[in-house]
Amino acid sequence: MTALAILDLGYGNVDSIRLAFARLGVEAVLTAEPAVAEASERLVLPGVGAAGFAMARLHDRGLVAMLKRRTAPLLGICLGMQMMFESSDEGNTALLGLVHGRVGALDPAPGRPVPHMGWTRIDEARGVGLAAGDYVYFAHSFACDDGPATVARACYGRPIPAAIRHGNLWGAQFHPERSSAAGARFLQAFLGA
Amino acid sequence: MPAARIIACLDVVGGRVVKGVQFKDHRDIGDIVDHALRYRDEGADELVFYDITASADRRSLDPAWVRRVSAVIDIPFSVAGGIGDIETAARCLGAGADKVSVNSPALVRPGLIAELADAFGRQCVVLGIDSLRASDGRLTVKQYTGRPEATQDTGRETIAWAVEGARLGAGEIVLNCIDRDGVRQGYDLDQLRALVSAVDVPVIASGGAGTLAHFAEAFAAGASGALAASVFHDRRIAIPDLKDYLAEQGLEVRR
Repeated sequence: MTALAILDLGYGNVDSIRLAFARLGVEAVLTAEPAVAEASERLVLPGVGAAGFAMARLHDRGLVAMLKRRTAPLLGICLGMQMMFESSDEGNTALLGLVHGRVGALDPAPGRPVPHMGWTRIDEARGVGLAAGDYVYFAHSFACDDGPATVARACYGRPIPAAIRHGNLWGAQFHPERSSAAGARFLQAFLGA
Repeated sequence: MPAARIIACLDVVGGRVVKGVQFKDHRDIGDIVDHALRYRDEGADELVFYDITASADRRSLDPAWVRRVSAVIDIPFSVAGGIGDIETAARCLGAGADKVSVNSPALVRPGLIAELADAFGRQCVVLGIDSLRASDGRLTVKQYTGRPEATQDTGRETIAWAVEGARLGAGEIVLNCIDRDGVRQGYDLDQLRALVSAVDVPVIASGGAGTLAHFAEAFAAGASGALAASVFHDRRIAIPDLKDYLAEQGLEVRR
């Protein structure tokens, strides 16, 4: 059985996530095979790009049913976390529906450009290796609804769930692989799940 | 709100870091990984690697050094240099770059910006603009600035090009004021303010940083980040001292 697998959907920054775990001493397997992913003790769902495009990749590769029935730890990063929710305003896309809530566009305002890009302070956190006052790196134009799954919260015009926990599910809207020591603590916490 | 972002820029030729003045007379200042680690350890919030001769030489950058940087770095970095199509951008992002920055190829074919945003999301797409202030105050965009003999005027007006780039899908704009590059007289604040008010994406100030106060001025003018090269390379300004100063000025910084 694979201890740690990262879903490789053929795009984006999969390798930088692999390297972040490698810096913690854990070698991950990159895979697009549903059976290999399903058999992993811990699975990571990365994501960059548009929600519709990423969901189409999951459907094309027969990964949706596997993700829906998974009970072992699953970590979604950035768009990967957003895909755990029910639907996205981005192209009015149906998502995996594992977590209650929608994904909505961030609205730009004077002094608050979109995408939300940069190191933003975590205002409150419980568990998941993060603490209030940590800075983590964000790069996103859409954000999930703030709800009971939120375990780390930041603010960008409105409350932004920086990290979520729901059953076996973990999510990070920020990029732990690019968030220095705080990001490493979050990944370490997931490895201990 | 995000912390005021301090961005160290490294110009790359052949996988080595170089530094020139006003985009000329480049000298080798060392290995790319050594520099990346140094800036990460000093507290830089982000790194930018420009393969400065790629576009002028009609080639794209080499993903091999991108991979070397990604293996050791746990802060975001973007890469630039001759990225003119989806495949090249995918190779850079796949090698670990968090963002790709386009400049000359987007001037040749603006549709490139939309293609990249559609494929990777606009948060991965940075538009670099090399802007020159003429003696009459007019701001125009230059291309192929990596080699002085190849540099051309594009006839485009800086603010109009930035607005078009953001509309096409650029998620961030780096404003390089090339007449300020390496001369440490401060960022072009009027130009920066004009650009910040014209677009609703983050704007990064580039070109002219010489003192701690110059950085504070850029953030006061609305920049999301301030980029510098020579003052960091030459150790005239240490990033921890800069962040202490910015915090004293009431700016939020990551330390």
